[in-house]
Amino acid sequence: MFRNTYDSDNTVFSPQGRLHQVEYALEAVKQGSAAVGLRSKTHAILLALKRSSGELASYQQKMFRIDDHVGIAIAGLTSDARVLSNFMRQQAMGSKMVFNRPVPVNRLVSAIADKAQVNTQEYGRRPYGVGFLVVGLDHTGPHLYEFSPSGTSFEYFAVSIGARSQSAKTYLEKHFESFADCDLEDLIRHGLHALRETLQQDKELTINNTAIGIVGPAGVHEGTGTSVDFRILEGPPIEVYLQTMQLKEVPPPTAPTPAAASASASAPAAPPPAAGDEDVQMSE
Amino acid sequence: MDHFPTNWGRPKYDNFDTSATYPLHNRGQNQSTTSGATQHTQQPIVTGTSVLAIKFKDGIMIAADTLASYGSLARFKGVQRLHPVGDYTVVGASGDMSDFQYLQHILDGLVISEETTAQDGHTLGPAEIHEYLSQVMYARRSKMNPLWNSLLVGGVKDGQRFLAYVDLLGVTYSASTLATGYGAYIAQPLLRKAVEGRENTLTEPEARAILENALRVLFYRDARSINQYQIATITANGAEISASLKLETSWGFAEGIRGYGAQTQ
Repeated sequence: MFRNTYDSDNTVFSPQGRLHQVEYALEAVKQGSAAVGLRSKTHAILLALKRSSGELASYQQKMFRIDDHVGIAIAGLTSDARVLSNFMRQQAMGSKMVFNRPVPVNRLVSAIADKAQVNTQEYGRRPYGVGFLVVGLDHTGPHLYEFSPSGTSFEYFAVSIGARSQSAKTYLEKHFESFADCDLEDLIRHGLHALRETLQQDKELTINNTAIGIVGPAGVHEGTGTSVDFRILEGPPIEVYLQTMQLKEVPPPTAPTPAAASASASAPAAPPPAAGDEDVQMSE
Repeated sequence: MDHFPTNWGRPKYDNFDTSATYPLHNRGQNQSTTSGATQHTQQPIVTGTSVLAIKFKDGIMIAADTLASYGSLARFKGVQRLHPVGDYTVVGASGDMSDFQYLQHILDGLVISEETTAQDGHTLGPAEIHEYLSQVMYARRSKMNPLWNSLLVGGVKDGQRFLAYVDLLGVTYSASTLATGYGAYIAQPLLRKAVEGRENTLTEPEARAILENALRVLFYRDARSINQYQIATITANGAEISASLKLETSWGFAEGIRGYGAQTQ
């Protein structure tokens, strides 16, 4: 019935000092399709893989605008995400009304982290089953944060959440040092390459299953009237970005050359796609 | 006859104590001296008079005298009516001084929660403080319980000068010279003549001289003013509020005034 004892109540620690309900909530995030975030000196962007429940169904919404200067990508329970994003919108409106100032992004993320923390401590509640990547632009520049149901939030240069996100992280860790000086187009290309790593064998990124969220000045493929505000690109407008992608590096042959073998020995090898990763099948 | 002096001059509680036989300390908890009614401010009690403010080359200058009057009585002569908020802003207040002290308390709490606690580099500038105050003032007037003040908010942040007004109704406006109270009639024309069109060239000593002159005229004309004042200077280097200063005045002309007073001819 239960995978663990000590997991029926989120207010009780296991003897190992863990809160199993909270860990299960983190699993819910891993069930959601992947989202990737990157930041340069001028931009912070989100990329997400959208699922569709069938040939005739629409694709799920993965990105939400919170305010002119903030947007999120989600992985996990969409309905929990709507609750939290409504709260974020209220916070943003409150800041505009009381101080006539766009809400600082870090405070917005801290606010939902505090909300999520309560659900990990009080009896009779459950943690949120959703993780966010939050991008925003305030007077301290562009920012990228990860929020998770355990009530933590961290700022990142680049990060990914959701199913198979470890593969995307591996890509990001390899390339993140170049992100700071990237222009928007290169940043998106890196993001798409990272997102591609989360796909199953026979799948590829299309204009239908990919969403791109941007804060920062307009890129060369965007209209001249585009402001620095958060915008979500979906469908035909992202074709131009998909075409900039380069072919995936061919996986090394079964018998690696001695040079490649020594290189892979010195650097920690990317973890192989987890065999037990119960990813929900994409039906496209 | 009510034999308890503490009841004298207070309303009777007919439902509870027809003959007022209970002394104050034996009455029910809900029987306050205002018989449970909520009291709202009907008028200011201890008041400060005009606040003046101008833009100049390097920032904002705000001036106010140090008198808090009780009606026409010059009751408290050394009250500071300029209050720094954070590193970039000064608020000057005329009107009810107890309401101003309450606002100072609110603003100090705001700086603690928004800046000292957060410490994330997001600080409140004069524009944010002014917006906040306008919301507080409007909320209170909407409860039919206004904070009886006219406030000037001035400051410099990120190279931007900011100067604006907000009052007990929540009315706001902005200009390069502002004055509250009697000063809006007496000093504002003088300030406009001296400042408008020269906001970007006036030096700090020139701006100070303009305000001192306006304060002097107000001291001659405004019966609720005093010849002691403070000037706040807010520039890119921060806010500085002067010590209490004395106005130089000359009353020789009074000799020649005829028509009222003690003269016999």
